Amino acid sequence: MDFVTFFALAIPLVVVAVMVIAHPSPVYSALFLVMTLFLLAVYFLFLNAHMVAALQIIVYAGAIMVLFLFVIMLLNLQSDTLRTQRHGLGRVAIIGGVILLAELGLLLQGSSSELAESSLPENFGTVEALGSQLFTKYLLPFEITGILLLVAVVGAVVLAKR
Amino acid sequence: MDMTLPAVNWLSVLPTLLLSVTGMLALFWDIWMKDDERSLLGWLSLTGIVVTALCSWLLWGQNDVESFSGMFALDAYAVFFHLVFCLVAGLTVLMSLTYLETAEIRHGEYYALILFATVGMTVMAAATDLILIFLGLETMSIAVYVLAGIWRQHLTSHEAALKYFLLGAFASGFLLYGIALIYGATGSVQLGPIAEHVGAQGSSPLLLIGMGLLIVGFGFKVAAVPFHVWTPDVYQGSPTTVTAFMAVGVKAAAFAAFARIFLHTLGAVHTDWQGILWVVAALTMTVGNITALVQHNIKRMLAYSSIAHAGYLLVAMVAGKELGGAALMYYLVAYGLMNLGAFGVVVAVGRKGEPHEELDDYAGLGFRHPALGMAMTVFMLSLTGVPPLVGFTGKFYIFSAAVQAGYIWLAIIGVLNSVVSAYYYIRVVVNMYMREGEAIVELPSLRSALGAAILIAAIGTVLMGVFPSASMSWAGASFLSLG
Repeated sequence: MDFVTFFALAIPLVVVAVMVIAHPSPVYSALFLVMTLFLLAVYFLFLNAHMVAALQIIVYAGAIMVLFLFVIMLLNLQSDTLRTQRHGLGRVAIIGGVILLAELGLLLQGSSSELAESSLPENFGTVEALGSQLFTKYLLPFEITGILLLVAVVGAVVLAKR
Repeated sequence: MDMTLPAVNWLSVLPTLLLSVTGMLALFWDIWMKDDERSLLGWLSLTGIVVTALCSWLLWGQNDVESFSGMFALDAYAVFFHLVFCLVAGLTVLMSLTYLETAEIRHGEYYALILFATVGMTVMAAATDLILIFLGLETMSIAVYVLAGIWRQHLTSHEAALKYFLLGAFASGFLLYGIALIYGATGSVQLGPIAEHVGAQGSSPLLLIGMGLLIVGFGFKVAAVPFHVWTPDVYQGSPTTVTAFMAVGVKAAAFAAFARIFLHTLGAVHTDWQGILWVVAALTMTVGNITALVQHNIKRMLAYSSIAHAGYLLVAMVAGKELGGAALMYYLVAYGLMNLGAFGVVVAVGRKGEPHEELDDYAGLGFRHPALGMAMTVFMLSLTGVPPLVGFTGKFYIFSAAVQAGYIWLAIIGVLNSVVSAYYYIRVVVNMYMREGEAIVELPSLRSALGAAILIAAIGTVLMGVFPSASMSWAGASFLSLG
């Protein structure tokens, strides 16, 4: 993936991601998040992860964000209600963020890129490869994720039920 | 298509399996239960926990790190922590059997969520793969977020759950980013290959950033400064038994994973991370102790005290090597018993609708109910570090490990902090015995389950303090099995 393509996607991605938190209207924020997810899916395609890209769009952008929008519309949030007060911590946060970026930049400047270009196996990123890995090497994480989802569902019902 | 099934070692995953099955049974049985029978779920959970503890006890001494493609370990370290989590969960369930009626929490899912949180903890302690550690952490955390908010009638509980969830999700993001950067630096997410890479090639800037982000993520979970800001509000707002579970269990699980990754896997580059953990440990002890001095709500005071104890545990991590790791594990058991006992007494003093959490409510308690007063005295003195109780022996081991490793100033800071902490712990004892009490009309009654829990904690505190060498050598042997 060459330099131009990377930044041609990265700059809109960062702008859209910032708009998610910066825009006053919650519906607009959710739609900006959908755009972020689409742009990320393009990155997955460039990394040869076809299945993950497809799942990202179908499940995350398609199902989960639709649920987000349902909840936002059910709560009927107005743009004004989400304006938070200014605490003065905003300035400290910006200074802290700039210092962090400077540190990261200094640290990474001294390092050489040690990631070599390796050849990928034939069926990398396909459904078959992902499925066979999930049921052989990653069997235990798969099952524990099942328990995690059970906990999440039980928790959501406990907290939301009257 | 080439599907070779992985090597499944059922023994390694047995505690996790037993606890999940008990949790699912509890969920299932809850459907047919009437409201007044819900304590049966507690007894079911307790049975499951006791069976799991017995199986874990029998598994001690096994050594197998190759099960599930090298992701799940069955070594003495994991078994030690399985037993600790069973102890914590068992005492919490015992306390809850009495507390849930007082607090009017009628959800049967409470017990199931405690069991699933314990499942997450067992996964965190035994996993040798960063992704699996993260999954265990998330399972435990989501269950605890819900438990923090389960007191539906109280707004403080909603606040506690929301704060914990938002900050916890953010910290998990840091942890995951750290895992990703370590993968980029070392080429693997499994602890074995990472240790080999780090041993052969030392550290790189990418690895340093990854380690820093991991420290942020784990530091949040153990309430280290400056990631501790959520602790007082969350501990104060949650139901008291859930607070006890969080203060002890979540911390123990986070330290189990933290110690396995840093003391064992990243041990070769310890000079890189010991400096920053030194500063975090010193800050944590100091901030925790000094802020606890001015608290008058006992749950908030115990929250700040748990921040301070996380500082002592971080001193053990800085000390490292065999003595530091063994001291860490010993102190986690010690701290668990003391803290669970203290929270048990807080539960006992509370009444329906009136939690009696202020320090003034403890006035004269020593005379109105001598058994409760004596138990609280034992726990408060142990938390301060007074011999011959287990708090003293735990701190002794930690500070000797620090001195042996050459961190004399850190040990001095730790001892000074223990002296400062004596003020707010002994203040509770002074309140109980040397002040006249305004009458809390009903005497707190120690119904069987809660009384049993406090008794077990008190006996453990005294016994482990008077005979420390047996448990210390057991902790030492468990830690050595990592290596």
